[in-house]
Amino acid sequence: MKNFKRVPVPPLNHINDYPMGSSCESFHITDQNSGWRVFMPVINLDKCVSCYRCYLVCPDGAIHQNEDQKFEIDYDYCKGCGICANECKINAINMVKEDK
Amino acid sequence: MSRNAFLNGDEAVAYGVKLSRPHVVAAYPITPQTIAVEKISSFVQNGELQCEYMHVESEHSAMACSIGASSVGARTFTATSSQGLLYMAECLPYASGARLPIVMMNANRAIATPWNIYGDQMDVMFLLNAGWVQIFVEDAQEALDMTIQSFKVAEHKAVMAPVMINLDGFVLTHTYEKVNIPSQEAVDQFLPAFTGAPHMMNDETPMSMCISAGNQHNMEFKLKQHRDLLSALEIIESVDREFEEQFGRGYGGAIEGYKHEDAEILLITTGSVTGTARVVVDQLRSEGKRVGLVKLRVVRPFPVAQLGATIKNAKVIGVVDKNISFGYEGTLYTNINSALIQSDIKKETYNFIGGIGGRDITKEAILEMYENLRLASVGESIEKVSYYNVRCAL
Repeated sequence: MKNFKRVPVPPLNHINDYPMGSSCESFHITDQNSGWRVFMPVINLDKCVSCYRCYLVCPDGAIHQNEDQKFEIDYDYCKGCGICANECKINAINMVKEDK
Repeated sequence: MSRNAFLNGDEAVAYGVKLSRPHVVAAYPITPQTIAVEKISSFVQNGELQCEYMHVESEHSAMACSIGASSVGARTFTATSSQGLLYMAECLPYASGARLPIVMMNANRAIATPWNIYGDQMDVMFLLNAGWVQIFVEDAQEALDMTIQSFKVAEHKAVMAPVMINLDGFVLTHTYEKVNIPSQEAVDQFLPAFTGAPHMMNDETPMSMCISAGNQHNMEFKLKQHRDLLSALEIIESVDREFEEQFGRGYGGAIEGYKHEDAEILLITTGSVTGTARVVVDQLRSEGKRVGLVKLRVVRPFPVAQLGATIKNAKVIGVVDKNISFGYEGTLYTNINSALIQSDIKKETYNFIGGIGGRDITKEAILEMYENLRLASVGESIEKVSYYNVRCAL
C-alpha cells in the first residue's frame, strides 16, 4: 500500500490563482467535507491489528496507513459516516462527538 | 489570391471553416443549417479539408464530441439550429466552463410549438447565459469573415471561450450573394494553427478535468469565467481591426453605427434585418429626416460602453427584436435598457417585435417603426412594446 500524499493546495488569494477552466492538477482544489461530521471516528491504536477493513470500507478513501504502519484518518475528508466503526470487528474505532 | 463566388450563408460559413483548418468537425444536420455541414462534409470527402469529420447521432453528441476534441487542443467546429441548439444546451456551459474555444454556427430558427423551420431569433435567446460569445451577422460575407475571426477570438489566451455565430435562418442561410473568399495563405497568416493551451489535456502534465467545486470555490471559477468574457469585448474589436488591415473588410467591432452620428431617431437591429433597415434609412435621409441605425453585432459580452457612445446623440431609440421573452418583452430590449441605465443614459426607448416564425420584417414595417419613433420624439404617446406585420387584431 502506498501512502497517499496530497499535493499542497496552492494559495488562492486572487482570482488569477484559480486554474483556467475546470482543469487542474489532481487534488489541487478539493472541497473538504469535515464540516459534515457530528461524530468523528477515532482509532484506538493499542487495539488496532491493521486488518485493513476500515481502509477498504471507507467510502471517501479517508483512511490510510502512514509510514510507521499505523492507520490514520484524514479528518479533512472524513465525513463522519461511521461505517469504519460499525465494520471494525474488534471495536478499535470509536465515534466521538465533535465539540464545536 | 482571393476569389469571388456566388454563395449562400451556409456555404459562406463552410468556406470560412475550410480556411480556418479545423482538426475536428462534429455535427448533426438540421434545417436551415444543413447546407453548411453538407458542404464541410464534401470538403473533407474530396480532400480539400484535412480534418476528422464526426457523424454523430444528435446535437447533444455533436457538442459532447466537440468538447472532447477541444479538450485535447483540437480546433473544433460544429453547427446547429433551433431545437438542435436547445437539445445541446446541457453541454454548452461545459464547453464555456472548461474554457474550450469551440466555434459553432447557429442558424437562427423558430422554436416549437407550433413547429416551424423558418427564421427568427428565439432559439439563441434561451442561451445568452451559457457563457458563449454571441455574434450576429448581417450577410453571407460577414458570416464567412466572422467564422475566421471567431477562431482567433475564441483561442486568444485571455478569452478561451466558445463562440456562437448566429445567422438568420433562410434569409441568410439560403440566400445567395457575391462573397469574397480569401486565399488560404492569407488566412493562414491571420489565423495560425492552434497548438492547444495549458489547461487542455496532454501526456506530459496529467490533470483532473471538469473537476467539481462546491460552495467553497465554485463562485470564484464562475467569476473568473465572467471576467474573461467581459474582457473578450476588447479582443473581439482588436481582432476585427486586424482582419480589416489584412483583408480590407472590418465590421466596427461589437457595434456598427450607420448614419447615426447626427440622428435624432435611432433603430437598433441585429442580423439580416439590418440590411432592410439600411435601405429605409437611406430613403428617409433623402427626405431630410435625421434617422440612423445601430447594428448590434455582439450580444455577449454585451458592449455597454460602445452602445452608450454610439447612441448618445439620439432623442428616441427603437429596438427591433425577432424574439419574445414570453411574459415580458423582446430580450434585446431588456438588455439594451439595462445597458443604458448602467451608463447613466436616460433615453426614451421602444420595442418593436416582429419576424417571428419566419415572417418578413418588411420595408414598410421599418418605415412605420421610424414614423412611430418620430411621433414619440415630438411628444406623442406610443406603445412601449408593439408587434409588426401581425395578421389580425390584437
